[in-house]
Amino acid sequence: MMGARGLLTVAAAALVSLGLTAAPAKAAGNAVELPSQNWSFAGIFGTFDRGELQRGFQVYKEVCAGCHSLDYIAFRNLADLGFNELEIKAIAAEYEVQDGPNDDGEMFDRPGLPADRFPAPFANDNAARASNGGALPPDLSLMVDARPNGANYLYALMTGYGDAPSGVTVAEGMSYNAYFPGHQIAMPAPIADDGVEYADGTKATVDQQARDITAFLTWAAEPNLEERKRMGVMAVLFLLVMTGLLYASKRKIWADVH
Amino acid sequence: MSGPNFSNPVVRWIDHRLPVFTFMHHEMHEYPTPKNLNYWWNFGSLAGIVLVIMLLTGIILAMHYTPHVDYAFQSVERIMRDVNYGWLIRYIHANGASFFFIVVYIHIFRGLYYGSYKAPRELLWMLGVVILLLMMATAFMGYVLPWGQMSFWGATVITNLFSALPGVGEWIVTLLWGGFSVDNPTLNRFFSLHYLLPFVIVGVVVLHIVALHRFGSNNPLGIDVRGKQDSIPFHPYYTVKDMFGLGVFLTIFAAVVFFMPNAMGHPDNYIPANPLVTPAHIVPEWYFLPFYAILRAVPDKLLGVLAMFAAIAVLFILPWLDRSPVRSATFRPLFKIFFWIFAANCVLLTYLGGKPAEGIYVILSRLATVYYFFHFLILLPGLSIFETPKPLPRSISQPVLGSGTAGASKENS
Repeated sequence: MMGARGLLTVAAAALVSLGLTAAPAKAAGNAVELPSQNWSFAGIFGTFDRGELQRGFQVYKEVCAGCHSLDYIAFRNLADLGFNELEIKAIAAEYEVQDGPNDDGEMFDRPGLPADRFPAPFANDNAARASNGGALPPDLSLMVDARPNGANYLYALMTGYGDAPSGVTVAEGMSYNAYFPGHQIAMPAPIADDGVEYADGTKATVDQQARDITAFLTWAAEPNLEERKRMGVMAVLFLLVMTGLLYASKRKIWADVH
Repeated sequence: MSGPNFSNPVVRWIDHRLPVFTFMHHEMHEYPTPKNLNYWWNFGSLAGIVLVIMLLTGIILAMHYTPHVDYAFQSVERIMRDVNYGWLIRYIHANGASFFFIVVYIHIFRGLYYGSYKAPRELLWMLGVVILLLMMATAFMGYVLPWGQMSFWGATVITNLFSALPGVGEWIVTLLWGGFSVDNPTLNRFFSLHYLLPFVIVGVVVLHIVALHRFGSNNPLGIDVRGKQDSIPFHPYYTVKDMFGLGVFLTIFAAVVFFMPNAMGHPDNYIPANPLVTPAHIVPEWYFLPFYAILRAVPDKLLGVLAMFAAIAVLFILPWLDRSPVRSATFRPLFKIFFWIFAANCVLLTYLGGKPAEGIYVILSRLATVYYFFHFLILLPGLSIFETPKPLPRSISQPVLGSGTAGASKENS
């Protein structure tokens, strides 16, 4: 009896500390409440929807990649999205990658290979700023992990563009976004209805594209998410059984004490 | 007084020349442990196991990590993406740090509640405080290594604190930085020390255990073991109990590592360090928040730094502040109430440390800071004079009230 109570307290202490740690994360975020979406990758059994990932990749390739790099993703990683080897080779070959130096000491361009990472749209941060009115488009590989409540934030940001409420003046070259901290964002609304033509025939509404790009970038930030959760379910089940057996052993060994 | 009789001839041969088996038998099997320890006593061995987990995962991480400002962040992402099960090892290590503090804080509060710091265990307690200090230094430097925004700015804020010390302040800060700002030399020395300090912790843990085994564990009644009937051998009774506790711990730990591995981290640390962009709020890891709250509660920088260090230093002299001869709060009605108020005050400080230093939070931080020191410096010495403890049981195996003590006769009259 003492045991059960003690353990409950331990669990409670662990939960309390978790709650406490959530506080600073919120403090640093935006003041606006983010609407929660239903994500296939949420929860302990969450998995990615391959169709969603492939559509999200298409949005990245055709829209975001104009300004945003994806430094930590290699073409070979696209296998996670359900592309086969030939498809990956074909996607990689669409890109020009700088290689070298060759035997003459010259750098040269060649078609991309599966082992290459996605080439960045700009040579360096200064070139990126120069093309974007002084603002630096951040790398997107870790975007979902780098913002509090990342997936919901990203979706909200993508769908949060609109006219500024009366009384709010938006600076030259900025756009109003209901969910961006400070509400003024240098990135103009990136997606529009039918801005892309989905390969699988899905209707490309703003909402659809926002969901797809969020799923894709969640994968980009945590490509091991599915394996992690699958392993977690097995690990926790194993530990529960083991702990039960240890409790039984403890009861048996302690039976003669008192 | 002959040693144990080992049946295995190889063991006998070795033990005759190097008595490691006798030592283990003595410290594990014969080591008498009070038979009434409750589950709060699990957290000591648990902390030791977490330390081993941290060492093992840390050594593997160091094989793949690059301590250079241009590559540190990338090398961590490489561990997360390209090293086999690198994500698992890093998530265990990062969350392990938080769980290490959860376990150690519970261990400390258990000691506070049951008076485990009192004679003859003062040095045991003080060695524990040394371990806490080393853990804090190690955790702080470890958090800098991924070289994200919070790593960089946390390092900047904390190292700058030392500049408040008169005379040597600037010199110490330059020494910590290895230059004139937080930069590559800082990262290099933090990596070096982050690898070194855990082994220093292991050394102090050994001393902690040597001191523990001198008089054995305290117990929930806080009275001494009076004979064989009060104690049981550590093995198998407490080994199996600790194993069960470990199972519960690992289940909770695994749930966090696998299902919410970033909940205890700060999202800003997934943004590479940038000396030109300051985050909106620089927040330390949760386990530093109570001390951070104390630091910010004092308007003067030097006094704030001193108060923060004093918050831990006061633990060193605790055995001489609380002079009540009764150890366990079970028999100290007033102390018990104030213990819980103190614990609540620590939770409040943790909460306040995570809030911006403005408005009501500043006032509450000041009140909570004053109460923190009031508890140790005024309340505990006062209680040891004015409090009338309840009668103590005669022995652990006879927890029924005896008639011999003064307190008992008073209560009965």
